Amino acid sequence: MSTATSTPTGTGKQPGRQATHKHSQPSKRGRVQQRWLPWAFLAPTIVGMGIFTLLPIVASLALAFFRWDIISAPTFVGFDNFAEVVQDPTVRVSFLNTIVFVIVAVALQLGLALGLAIMVQEKLPSWLRVFFRSAFFFPLILSAASVSIFMRYLFNEQFGVVNWLLSLVGVPAVPWLTTPGGSAAVVILVYVWQNFGFSFLLFIGGLASIPVETYEAASIDGATGWRKHFYVTLPLLSPTTLVASVMAIINALQVFDQPYVLTRGGPGDSTRTAVMVIFESAFQRLEFGQASAIGVILTLIIMAITAAQFRLSKRFVFYQ
Amino acid sequence: MTLISERVETTAPVATRRKRDWSVAGRIAALLIAAVFVLGPVLWTLSTSLRPPSESFKLPPAFLPLNPDLASYQQVFKQLNIVGLVLNSALVTGLIAVGQMLTAALAGYAFAHLRFRGRGALFSIVLATMMVPAQVTIVPVFMLIRGVGLSDTLLALIIPAIPTAFGTFLMRQYFLGLPSELAEAAAIDGASPWRTFRSVYAPLAVPGLAIVGILAFNFHWNEFFRPLIMTISEQNFTLPLGLVSLQGNLGTGSISVVLAGVVLSMIPALVVFMFGQRALQDGLTAGTGK
Repeated sequence: MSTATSTPTGTGKQPGRQATHKHSQPSKRGRVQQRWLPWAFLAPTIVGMGIFTLLPIVASLALAFFRWDIISAPTFVGFDNFAEVVQDPTVRVSFLNTIVFVIVAVALQLGLALGLAIMVQEKLPSWLRVFFRSAFFFPLILSAASVSIFMRYLFNEQFGVVNWLLSLVGVPAVPWLTTPGGSAAVVILVYVWQNFGFSFLLFIGGLASIPVETYEAASIDGATGWRKHFYVTLPLLSPTTLVASVMAIINALQVFDQPYVLTRGGPGDSTRTAVMVIFESAFQRLEFGQASAIGVILTLIIMAITAAQFRLSKRFVFYQ
Repeated sequence: MTLISERVETTAPVATRRKRDWSVAGRIAALLIAAVFVLGPVLWTLSTSLRPPSESFKLPPAFLPLNPDLASYQQVFKQLNIVGLVLNSALVTGLIAVGQMLTAALAGYAFAHLRFRGRGALFSIVLATMMVPAQVTIVPVFMLIRGVGLSDTLLALIIPAIPTAFGTFLMRQYFLGLPSELAEAAAIDGASPWRTFRSVYAPLAVPGLAIVGILAFNFHWNEFFRPLIMTISEQNFTLPLGLVSLQGNLGTGSISVVLAGVVLSMIPALVVFMFGQRALQDGLTAGTGK
């Protein structure tokens, strides 16, 4: 143990060489320095995370059992916050909205990303491939707030470009942002528009790692076109699909910026999301205990879904 | 990079060549349509911001601004303290990026090349914090910030964002790629461990640091949720908040003014995109087993 702690630059892979490494015989002062040195390197990160992540996690969990409005002293209320939150119709609708949003948005995002990735990766001049890759990646670098601002104008009922385009093919003006279904659709479309590029990048990486020989073998066996993709690409891509879907679901569960800027959760509660009710109950109604309770529930849902995905994946993911 | 079907193609019978050409054309057409849907809204934003405010409602939309007009941009500067917002955003984003690069380099190096008790367990904890949604910790962080009297300051945005689990992970991966023999050589030459890090490993890790910095810049320049909660007075707003407030102030006002603000806010992100595209892509997909 003492050798391990006194050789800070020791090689993890070659413990046998530590003997030769020690030849410089560090002085007593040097050895003391070496013992605390790793902690000096780690201190800013560890202390920062302790204060701004770990402590808040514990505090959030504890706070869920208190009623507190910041002004008066917190009172312990047991599971009351959870009971109230679970019965609150707005909270219920928001969680339901979030679940529907996640299912539709993630399905669209992954489907679009996979289809486009396959098309880009097949025989294309390389400058075109670079162009498409940059184009699909581009929305990721914009702020969701900016995107939502200009999308609000594009989806405006009277003078929006979307309705103008639809009118060209004879579709009457759609009241996008003033009806529950319309605004839910806009939030999903805008979110997918901005985020499919991330899954696209992951699929491009996954496709590049499929050995060419596999396709050669498949084509010798007579597989062509879509059969090739169905029987070769999809199974070999399943590890990438797992990672892409886990990340897409976790991100989508936390959607806030787009519905907040596009619709403020309306009309009614139709586009209110789980994170939006956390924000509202904490910073608009000053019910910090309830906000924490909602946060705890959301975290549990995220953990459960992630765990379930990895369990399911044991059956469906095919590793080479 | 080897193209998947290029090699398959060479073994395909000549008779199917023509059919293949058509399918390539179809694929390019489909991809072009997708690209139009992706880039179209951005180009429309740019073009509308360059039209005179009185024409911003005009349909059919002109995708090419025939008479470019900067009136909307002048209006933005009048209605919004753009300079202040940009300075705030630049200060917040720049300090977070530098802070993340420094702390992640130190911690990443320790996890990769220094040996100490509990290294594996500690690294697992760091990784696990990545899975906790920011919204869950925001209430206690807000109270903490308020408790130490930093609420409604830019520091409230900067300090909590500096410790970075993802950056630490990325830098650890990067340092693991550098041989540990370098440290042995430095030790033989009599360099202290700190000197070894500063003069040998840190300079070699600059590309990794650039990824951490670019990712931090892109994420925090665009950040909306935390600034919305942490700042109250307009002089402390960052760009995304300012833009959303501009939209509110204008109400029935001209679209092109709001869109001019949007375009202005995109310029730094665009610059980072052009110079750091590769680094951004690598950073985003790092650690996903790609």
